[in-house]
Amino acid sequence: MIRRWIVLLSLAVLAALALAGLPFVGMERIPLAALWRQGKEMDVTIFWKLRLPRVMMAFLAGSGLAAGGLAFQAVFRNPLAEPFTLGVASGAALGAAVYIHLKLPFSLLWISGVSWFAFAGALLAVVLVYGMTRARQGFSTATMLLAGVAVSFCFSSLILFMQYLSDFTQSFLLLRWVMGGLDRVVGFGEVLTVLVLVGMGTAIVLYLTHELNLVTTGEELAISRGVAVNRTKTLLFVAVSLMVGGIVSVCGPIGFVGLIVPHICRLMVGPDHRFLTPAALLCGAILLSLCDTLARTLLAPTELPVGILTALLGGPFFLWLLVRRAPLDDAVV
Amino acid sequence: MMAMVHQPTEIVLDIRDFSFCLGGKEILHQVSFSVARGEFLSIVGPNGAGKTTLVKCIDRLLVGGSGRIEVFGRPLESYRQRDLARRISYVPQADGRVIPFTVRQFVLMGRYPYLNPFSSIDREGRRAVDDALRMTGTAEFAERRLDTLSGGERQKVYIAAALAQGADIILLDEPTTFLDYRRQAEIRDLLTRINHEGGTTIVCVTHDLNRAALDSDRIVALCGGRVAFIGTPAEIMNPEALERLFQTPFLLTPHPQVPISVIVPGPPPRPPRGQDDPLALDFRTAAQETPLKP
Repeated sequence: MIRRWIVLLSLAVLAALALAGLPFVGMERIPLAALWRQGKEMDVTIFWKLRLPRVMMAFLAGSGLAAGGLAFQAVFRNPLAEPFTLGVASGAALGAAVYIHLKLPFSLLWISGVSWFAFAGALLAVVLVYGMTRARQGFSTATMLLAGVAVSFCFSSLILFMQYLSDFTQSFLLLRWVMGGLDRVVGFGEVLTVLVLVGMGTAIVLYLTHELNLVTTGEELAISRGVAVNRTKTLLFVAVSLMVGGIVSVCGPIGFVGLIVPHICRLMVGPDHRFLTPAALLCGAILLSLCDTLARTLLAPTELPVGILTALLGGPFFLWLLVRRAPLDDAVV
Repeated sequence: MMAMVHQPTEIVLDIRDFSFCLGGKEILHQVSFSVARGEFLSIVGPNGAGKTTLVKCIDRLLVGGSGRIEVFGRPLESYRQRDLARRISYVPQADGRVIPFTVRQFVLMGRYPYLNPFSSIDREGRRAVDDALRMTGTAEFAERRLDTLSGGERQKVYIAAALAQGADIILLDEPTTFLDYRRQAEIRDLLTRINHEGGTTIVCVTHDLNRAALDSDRIVALCGGRVAFIGTPAEIMNPEALERLFQTPFLLTPHPQVPISVIVPGPPPRPPRGQDDPLALDFRTAAQETPLKP
């Protein structure tokens, strides 16, 4: 019990350090004075317009993806579930690509239309994958992964098709965006949009921590303990779609954060979602902000899309989870 | 066998003309019976008779079906899941599913129907959990992970969680299948204690007719989705009734201590192997003809 609090506290401290320190790291050395808008004009602009919004976006995206992975792993009762492997990120990407391609300028509730389209695409993907997994009795890992792959594949093809229809510049933009990265974050406008969406999603996940614990023990047991399982799942699917939609519409699909982080956190604080959820939120923020800092400094002055970096970390991890034990079904460890 | 001690008898579970279809096949057909408060009722019947389906319908793990199920005088559909969980708890068929929680964490989850989203468990809940752990003898391994336990221990933990849930009715689906004699006896003792001391109503699906006859107040037999028999253990424990139900002959003998007949296994159809068993002879002659070389 005490150990879990210590872990949470350490994660919070680490996150605070990352948030304070990482904006100063980069090709251009930024003096501390930029923090209170003193010194060179250039430094102040880089710090306030580029670095800080970008680190904040990495925080939000990391948290949201980790919380999404956590929720999916509980609901699908499967350690390989996460928004990226289940095609939800592709769904969101397709939604966003449709919006970009159709050049529809609209916004609703101060949130840009591209985020709403991404949300719709994400929700569509969840419903499709969940429906396909459900159609076959039980939740077999194979069915779930196949459904995820199939949905991903279809949606990616549609994105490619849209690229084909687009002119050269637009198609390059789409391609670069599909790789996943935070390089388009300028100023706090997008941070605010994603903050609202990830905030709503996170609030729902935090509200349902007891239910997440019970769902982990199996659907029937959860129902018999009094969980309204269908309502819980619907809420969680909407929550994950909101978060992933918001994140993907700004950063493109960033894979495997949602896969790795919940597993690391389970090792640190155990399976209780009341501790696991805050731990995953903090850990996701730390991981993605570190990865993004690497992505923009490793090959400076060029940038590596952070999605490539997380996939390089996550791919082997995924394979390790897959071969680690034979009976993957029903194993949420 | 036991006389009803609760007077007047209050009906806690009433099933009327309940039918249920799954995948176009009728699993339950016009099932009707009721259960009184404090009763120990066993549901028996051949494989595929619909026993598990019936129990799942009573706890709304399966929804739909026609007819009427009433819990404490209220239609099942009118309950919120959380309120139903305060009335009925369910102990599933034992399986090897991986549950990453410790025993205590798992039993604590039985208190879900009394929690609100942000609260932790209160003192009353903690006491209910401690009582459940103590009564089931699971307190000693409360900090171990559930998937490191043996089948018998695990079954007790499932029962402990159902107890912590504090419901008036406990449904059990084959609680003693796959357990050895000692664990079976332990689970049975536990259920009888829960029934007698706690006054909890027990509805138990089982394949063990002898145990059902010895433990239950009444027995319901399902066959092909229909109620084939309702009555006291003494009434069902006769060769004709059993043969009609299971389509196989039964051999019964009076129990040495209790005035009830119990099933004994019949002898095998072939005579036991001995001098005139051709197979055994063959084996022996073969052994004699090819002596072992030193």
